[in-house]
Amino acid sequence: MIWNPKAECMDKEERKETQLKRLQDTVKRAYENVPYYHRRFNELGIEPEDIESLEDIKKLPFTTKKDLREAYPFGMFAVPDEDIIEVHTSSGTTGKPTVSGYTQKDINLWSEVMARALTMAGATRKDRIQNCYGYGLFTGGLGIHYGAQRVGATVIPISAGNTKRQIQIMQDFETTILTCTPSYALYLSEVLEKEGVKKDNLKLKSGLFGAEMWTEEMRNAIEERLGLEALNIYGLTEIIGPGVAMECQEKNGLHIFEDHFYPEIIDPNTKENLPPGEKGELVLTTLTREAMPILRFRTRDITTLRTDKCPCGRTLIRMDRITGRSDDMLKIRGVIVFPSQIEEALLKINGLEPHYQIVVTRPKYLDELEIQVEASPKLFSDEVKHIEEAKKMIEEHLQKEIGLRVNVTLVEPESLPRSEGKAIRVIDKRKF
Amino acid sequence: MKVKQISVFLENKKGRLKKAVHALAKANINIRALSIADTSEFGILRLIVPEPEKAKKVLEENNFVVKINDVIAVEVPDKPGGLDSILGILTEADMNVEYIYAFVEKKGEKALVVIRTEDIESGIKVLREAKVPILSSEDISTI
Repeated sequence: MIWNPKAECMDKEERKETQLKRLQDTVKRAYENVPYYHRRFNELGIEPEDIESLEDIKKLPFTTKKDLREAYPFGMFAVPDEDIIEVHTSSGTTGKPTVSGYTQKDINLWSEVMARALTMAGATRKDRIQNCYGYGLFTGGLGIHYGAQRVGATVIPISAGNTKRQIQIMQDFETTILTCTPSYALYLSEVLEKEGVKKDNLKLKSGLFGAEMWTEEMRNAIEERLGLEALNIYGLTEIIGPGVAMECQEKNGLHIFEDHFYPEIIDPNTKENLPPGEKGELVLTTLTREAMPILRFRTRDITTLRTDKCPCGRTLIRMDRITGRSDDMLKIRGVIVFPSQIEEALLKINGLEPHYQIVVTRPKYLDELEIQVEASPKLFSDEVKHIEEAKKMIEEHLQKEIGLRVNVTLVEPESLPRSEGKAIRVIDKRKF
Repeated sequence: MKVKQISVFLENKKGRLKKAVHALAKANINIRALSIADTSEFGILRLIVPEPEKAKKVLEENNFVVKINDVIAVEVPDKPGGLDSILGILTEADMNVEYIYAFVEKKGEKALVVIRTEDIESGIKVLREAKVPILSSEDISTI
């Protein structure tokens, strides 16, 4: 099933015309209504009229997460306050988050792309969608919700957590579609096994899993254990939320809804554009966002664009699953963490050496964050219990600061690499 | 009378204990008593040496985290029930023993034991009242 065959299977040349028209309109609105873009255009000596072809997008400035943070809270809005009907923020960061604003038209657009995504996973009016993404400022919960309502399916807005209740509801309500992070899907499957619930007794047919990096091995495990089709969904708050791209049942990459979000791939070092088939950083431009037009947003996500024909019939360009990041950002159990945040939190603790190393592992399916810190006379004691108390104190402090459970390990002084230029602070042992 | 003990942080890795002991050997420091507390992630090496300050300096020069703290060293009759009687005194006084370990050498017919009570001062008081012979730092260096 295809939700919007006209848009999703459109002739490529025709789509390009639509994209150009929409790009020109977006650029004009950004220039006229967002002081930030007005200033950047002036600095670069460009005007909206300079965008005469899709190729000309290269003339436009990039937008980074930092730019958005500096515009906190509403500096990137292109419409009067009274036209904003909803706001969301990006997850994880403790400092200033980035804010995304929506007009009624934006919510309609979001519902449309999410309806397309859910339809790719086989959702119809008859389905019951158990939405375990968090509801709130995080875009995951409401994004899925709007799409489900657009499709006319029954949405179970259970939100995240309380796994036993999730399992109870899943059985009692006969859930057919599951939406959550892939690691939570695996966790659910483990609890199901423990509770003695057989997958054959469940009615699950598919799942939309995203908000973190995952692998084909994880897909196989989820499909095997839950007895459903596990599909990859991609999105980010800065652009709209979930629903930027979605995998169809061919499972050969994620179709980007490029009539609304224009993708480019760049070399993160030279910032030069790379052709389809080459691996680089994904850059996205919104083509129809009203409240917050974003030009050339550097997602930092590493992927490859694919233009070959997909057997599903959609002509939308595809991207490979995300295989990495072009910055030092870490996503641990779906939460964004920068090493600098961990450093800041550590330095607030009296008596701690400013030397640390972050080790990320995924022993089974859930990410584990280990922080190695050097023992100092202040942390050390002749008694085991005092050292363990100190360790626990650091763990609790970090959990409070970065919002994640961590495991702190004390190592000997001078045993961690010292910063000579750039110290290797992060060892990511997960395989993507 | 209190005795100085040095504690050394050891990462749970091959060769760490050897490195610490080797540093002391090179500085010609004789170890009188020793114990290791180990957890799955780290260990604490505890030592009684004649010159604790010097030992601390030597170990710190070798990048170890070292702490000096007070413990009680007592003479225990070297026969069945010897230690039991000492612990009995502490239990009677409702005193918690954090850890305990023995010296390498004996003093005459007496075994020597290091005791770390939660509160060192009251530990000494209780033992002294029970007439348990307590060693001083000088005693340690002349063993």
